[in-house]
Amino acid sequence: MKHTISVLVENQFGTFNRVVTMFSGKGFNVHSLSIGETEVPDISRMTIVTSGDDKIIEQVVKQLNRLIDTLKVVDLTGQPKIERELALITVYYQKGTRTEIVNVANIFRGKVVDINNKSITLEITGPPDKIDAAVNVLEPYGIKEMARSGTVALKRGEQIKHDKKDILVNHIKEGTK
Amino acid sequence: MRSNNQKLSGADIFFECLRREKVEYIFGYPGGAVLKLYERLYDVDFLKHILVRHEQGATHMAEGYAKATGKVGVVLVTSGPGATNTVTGIADAYMDSVPIVVFTGQVPSHLIGNDAFQEADIVGITRPITKHNFLVRDIKELASIIRKAFYIASTGRPGPVLVDLPKDVVNSVCEFSYPEKVEIRGYKPTLYGHQNQIKKAADIIKKAKKPLLYVGGGVIMSGGERELRLFAKENKFPVTMTLQGLGAYPMNEDLSLGMLGMHGTYWANQAVNNCDVLVSLGARFDDRVTGKIEAFALNAYKIHVDIDPTCIDKNVVVDLPIVGDVKHVLAELAAEINEPPKIDEWWKQIQRWREECPLKYEKNDGKLRSEFVIEKLSEKTKGEAVIVTDVGQHQMWVAQYYKFTNPRSHLTSGGLGTMGFSVPAAIGAAFAIKDRPVISISGDGGFQMNMQELATAVYNKLPIKFIIINNSFLGMVRQWQELFHAEKYSFTDLSASNPNFVKLGEAFGMKSFSTNNPFDVDDILDEAFAVNDGPILIEFKVVKEDMVFPIIPSGQTIKEMMTKRLDPKEMV
Ligand SMILES: Cc1ncc(C[n+]2csc(CCOP(=O)(O)OP(=O)(O)O)c2C)c(N)n1
Repeated sequence: MKHTISVLVENQFGTFNRVVTMFSGKGFNVHSLSIGETEVPDISRMTIVTSGDDKIIEQVVKQLNRLIDTLKVVDLTGQPKIERELALITVYYQKGTRTEIVNVANIFRGKVVDINNKSITLEITGPPDKIDAAVNVLEPYGIKEMARSGTVALKRGEQIKHDKKDILVNHIKEGTK
Repeated sequence: MRSNNQKLSGADIFFECLRREKVEYIFGYPGGAVLKLYERLYDVDFLKHILVRHEQGATHMAEGYAKATGKVGVVLVTSGPGATNTVTGIADAYMDSVPIVVFTGQVPSHLIGNDAFQEADIVGITRPITKHNFLVRDIKELASIIRKAFYIASTGRPGPVLVDLPKDVVNSVCEFSYPEKVEIRGYKPTLYGHQNQIKKAADIIKKAKKPLLYVGGGVIMSGGERELRLFAKENKFPVTMTLQGLGAYPMNEDLSLGMLGMHGTYWANQAVNNCDVLVSLGARFDDRVTGKIEAFALNAYKIHVDIDPTCIDKNVVVDLPIVGDVKHVLAELAAEINEPPKIDEWWKQIQRWREECPLKYEKNDGKLRSEFVIEKLSEKTKGEAVIVTDVGQHQMWVAQYYKFTNPRSHLTSGGLGTMGFSVPAAIGAAFAIKDRPVISISGDGGFQMNMQELATAVYNKLPIKFIIINNSFLGMVRQWQELFHAEKYSFTDLSASNPNFVKLGEAFGMKSFSTNNPFDVDDILDEAFAVNDGPILIEFKVVKEDMVFPIIPSGQTIKEMMTKRLDPKEMV
């Protein structure tokens, strides 16, 4: 089963590498991984989509916690959350199919961001399954290229179940080091 | 003492930090990227630098020192090949949770990534085999990184930490201030176990009819042997130990069942198999211990105490985890159990297993055997020596036949199984241990993997007894070839290529002995133990094709345990 794990890490040289090395070294799956800054300059957030049975996910979370550079690890799976992904998809068009493709973009609340005499590039954002659906619909037209950002996620509302490193939540809320 | 605001060079800061960490020894080897440090070292008098002969030797020495004392072992090497030579020792320390800090020189910051002379990305290389590592990018971070390195290495579940020091950083100057406290917001080891969990564990242990304590290296690392001994004695609990746990409980006492696992005793493995409550203390359910996972302690309620949450439910799913320092948890558990459970029947059963299949070997054919040598050593030293083994058959025989009475006395490479560990690790231990003999035991194969360090031992006049159990084979591999690989003795026979070990010892300046006669063993050991102004070497030429029994083949259960070589007549 797929799990979305949100990890706050030190925004520091080598941290990203440490997490990736741990995943490959332990043989854990990574479906997508994104990293970016948070509201606190020296803390980054990684969103990792991984899969495995409960025992494996438990190990993933523990091993992430064990890394010195991780500040907080939350498995968002099964929690109220907002998940988003961005995809850029370039699709070939022929006479007549261009409007169809633009319509598809509209249905998925996407945008046309580039066009030339052969192909058209759409920007679609949304939960990963929405992107999957869009890709599915666009496939028959002939996808030339595609880039997906990987999932980013935040929990909804305020309450999260804190785990071991929850002292940091306060740190992070106050924006202190 | 120096004022805190004076400008100091990187090299000065480095040594000032080591002084404050109370480092006594650095095991090191110089080279281009660390010349500035060595220049400063020339005048340093508050610690001793031990020049090794190979950087792998330095890391194992640091491990030997750390395992024997519980203090952090320190290594200093140059960039590139100096750094890559430490990799095996670092991996070894990682697997066995040994606190060491390895300082590596690095090319100047502006050359990093340029394939500069003697550049290696040692931080990248060692990332999966260190507890943590650092590249010092600014001299302002140097002191705090060193402080953190020692803190991380020695707290929680201990482990190796590497600090990479670019040459320009060490060469620059900066105001020195040493952080009083270490604050690492992502690192807070849990010390005290959860109260309710401990209570629950106690309730279950109280009701046990067939309890068993399964003790790992964690008990020794946490300094919890006293708590263990009280806990076991008060309640008459049987104790079995892992390879790393040997000595946590005195093995000459009745409550000790000896080692469990692949080459463990029959009765210890039977006890694991039949217990109703298994209390795992600082052990990690390693595959060499469990054999077939699904069958391990099948009917037992499993309680697992460990400081590292990742160890829990990793290999075996347990019923009751307690995350915390074993020493503390043991003390609290003991306090909760006021009345010993009644387990006389269980002890009778264990006694029957002991009699059913004792450890034994052939004593009456006049040939010299490792088991005999090790039994003799155990008697002579009353189980009180520090024994540093290598990897192979002799290692298992030591675990079976040497009756360790103290913790931090059995130093061995368990997790990684690194041949070449014994000689340098014994040297590291001998710098710290002065009141008991330090004995290195190697096979003829492994001895040749780090024998260059004999020079280090001789130069420093360390009274180590280097013992070679020479069976002219890579014995453990030969054993597997005989048992599981159709008797194809592929590249394991060393008889035609082994050196003359006595001459070799003498070339290094050691008094050296050799025998293949069991009746000589006493005299040689007496003579060897009388030498105290430097190391000696003894070669015991033992029977070539002996095997370690019992053995439970990898991934199997006690039902498949073999206790002796199959007689050809039985085979047909
Ligand atoms: C560095 C390293 N290489 C290879 C091995 C695989 N190995 C395990 S035991 C063994 C044989 C050891 O032979 P020896 O040192 O003579 O000891 P014995 O088993 O005969 O006591 C080998 C090759 C290892 N453990 N470590």
